[in-house]
Amino acid sequence: MLLLSAALAGLLLGLGVSSTAHAQEEPGFKGTLTDQDDNPVADVEITVTDAGGTEIATVTSAEDGTWEVPLDAPGTYIVTLDESTLPAGLLVRNARPQLELEVQSSVRTVLFPLDTQLDPDAQPPESESPSGDEGGEETEEETEGPVGGDEAEEEIDPELEGTGGAKRAVSLLFSGIHFGLMIALAAVGLSMVFGTTGLTNFSHGDLVTFGGVMALLVNITFGLPVWVAVIGAVVAGALFGWLQDWGLWSRLRGRGTGLISMMIISIGVAMLIRFATLFFVGGERKRYDEYVGQEPWDFGWLVIAPKEVYTGLIAALVCSAIGAALVFTRLGKATRAVADNPSLAAATGIDVNKVIRLVWTIGGALAAMAGVFLSINDGVKFDMGQHLLLLVFAAVVLGGLGTAFGAFIGAMLIGVFVQMSTLVVSPELKYVGALAVLIVVMLTRPQGILGRRERIG
Amino acid sequence: MDWHFVFSQALTQAIGPTMLIYAIAAIGLNVQFGYTGLLNFGQAAFAAMGAYGLALTVVAAGLPFWWGIAVGLLAAVAMALLLGIPTLRLRADYLAIVTIAAAEIVRRLARSTVWSEHTGGSDGIRGFSEPFFAMSPYSDDANWSFAFVSMENGRLTVDLGIVDFQYSDRDLWIMTVGWALIAVFLVVLGLLVHSPWGRVLKGIREDEEAVRSLGKNVFAYKMQALVIGGLIGATAGFVFALSRANVQPDTFSTDFTFYFYVVLILGGAARLFGPVLGAALFWFLYNLLSQTLNQAIRAELIPAGALSSIQVGPLVFFLLGLGMVLLLIYRPQGILGNRRELMLDVR
Repeated sequence: MLLLSAALAGLLLGLGVSSTAHAQEEPGFKGTLTDQDDNPVADVEITVTDAGGTEIATVTSAEDGTWEVPLDAPGTYIVTLDESTLPAGLLVRNARPQLELEVQSSVRTVLFPLDTQLDPDAQPPESESPSGDEGGEETEEETEGPVGGDEAEEEIDPELEGTGGAKRAVSLLFSGIHFGLMIALAAVGLSMVFGTTGLTNFSHGDLVTFGGVMALLVNITFGLPVWVAVIGAVVAGALFGWLQDWGLWSRLRGRGTGLISMMIISIGVAMLIRFATLFFVGGERKRYDEYVGQEPWDFGWLVIAPKEVYTGLIAALVCSAIGAALVFTRLGKATRAVADNPSLAAATGIDVNKVIRLVWTIGGALAAMAGVFLSINDGVKFDMGQHLLLLVFAAVVLGGLGTAFGAFIGAMLIGVFVQMSTLVVSPELKYVGALAVLIVVMLTRPQGILGRRERIG
Repeated sequence: MDWHFVFSQALTQAIGPTMLIYAIAAIGLNVQFGYTGLLNFGQAAFAAMGAYGLALTVVAAGLPFWWGIAVGLLAAVAMALLLGIPTLRLRADYLAIVTIAAAEIVRRLARSTVWSEHTGGSDGIRGFSEPFFAMSPYSDDANWSFAFVSMENGRLTVDLGIVDFQYSDRDLWIMTVGWALIAVFLVVLGLLVHSPWGRVLKGIREDEEAVRSLGKNVFAYKMQALVIGGLIGATAGFVFALSRANVQPDTFSTDFTFYFYVVLILGGAARLFGPVLGAALFWFLYNLLSQTLNQAIRAELIPAGALSSIQVGPLVFFLLGLGMVLLLIYRPQGILGNRRELMLDVR
């Protein structure tokens, strides 16, 4: 199932490219039929009729699974896959072998997801239909304007769909822990920056995007393997954090700029990073060239992709290392001292600005790491960090603003909550639940789990 | 390079329907942020309350247009109370996070497929604006001309030689209503902020404790500011929905709110005319930059490899974002603002 979903996602991506590449051609439909293991499916009949039901053409898929129907004019057509011609056991996964599609002056890709099992809960039709389903949104990207943009991370995790109760809950728990660790990587930096400087940094989410983009640069542009890209992105993230504090935030603190001004400036910085990403990378979701469709480990009670296990373990190790450093090293103690009371820390001989610079550097590195790890699963998109940011805020507020350990606990709770809530609510509403938690926490315990009452005065 | 076209477009948009939406929403924000110091980062949600309140009432419930307006305003008040009661007692940055989260909840609920038969999901709702345009005094078949002003099939052209302004009859009706609303809001606000009530608001912005020590109920004043600003935000939502003749959930993203802040800070917060001037300047600059770049690409002044027309949008917003950061660093009071009055800080 995972492989199928990855293959589908890959096809969706390829579909975006092909639809633009063929933009000036004669109208028509085309597609490639593959089963869940990516093997081409040949000799399947596909019929195209016009809206009135008149048959235009019937084609059979070729040896490599491809088929194509040229058309004379744009319009609405009905594309039907004859299920009786499918090899034994194969079915159209979303139980929709007939699609009504509109075609303009281009060859349009039609995708019939094939699988060996019928899955009534599966996703909406995986075709490039303009009716606003996920497949359509992937390609109809709005690349400009202050408004718009799609909800890419609302993609339903197809590997979790349709599996039975307990097994699904276990899978969701593990994906929740993984997601929580990713949020934690970003949240620790955000919380420490708040603790040491008082700045609510709205550009922290875009540091996550930055990590994903840097890894994309190393992996795709330079052609190096993904593990090198991870290291490259973390180094670039650390450098970026350092540079931001050196070039912008330390100067602003020196000028005595107010915290609210700094907060709005951070929104401006977030926009700068986001639109620079959009400018250089474009509006589509981009993927690395490795680990896209990975054979999952099937333990019977849990199906999990190795990449999730490894990225999760690395994230957990890094978080523990940061925690240990905060408790046991001199610099860690100094950081906590500054977070507690900057003037008192300065009076005891701690170089406050040096500590803040360090916090920014580590925060940038951790955010970049979260960005790469998330992108290994879901691909890079210019607004991925922006959408993650609110969950990071939820985690930080839940744990208690300004506390590193609180941020970690909050992140794990939010991550598990977001994923587990899909057992009850529709997956597209899973973020709503997390944000509602944020508001309820504000209402009942604004200092969070580990925060102290006085912080919020 | 067609400079006449570039400047005509930029000036047309600088007083056009889009600018009105941002100006009205920023006036609402000015009450909350400029005068009272409340960091409402969910103004887009208040606009969404107005827009969806109107659209749902008219389309889904089938009620008359004015009911839609009433429902939109009530929804905005309800939202302000819902957000304000838990958070107005907290520090400013908490209000910012809560309002941003609330705005995101509203947007995600609106685009959810769970009730898409009523809300249209991510496609949104259309078909509610006809009663509004039926009230329009401008007909789409008017033909006359007077000096440099001419009307051709409902399309107004004001030809000033160096530049010209062009609006359709629907734009004209939106602009008439929009500018009238701005005038009303500015007059009412002008009276309010110079009243004792307005001085208390400014006092809260400057020093909440001092105002509290004078026996004022700070919470009630903050709540009033939040409700008034939210109502004006809902009005911006009406204008937005009507000018596009549809509502779409993804237009009410957090970016929408951020541009209201850009507009407000550009013009000058805590200044009556700040939002209007800021909105006009913002849309003038946006159109000037994007039209110039598009023209330069078409005239092949910019080599094709350096910049494609798809990249113009992100580049312009990048430049505007950069401008906003520089403005906040070097001139946080904006064009009209008074630096000494507006030392933005957490209270």
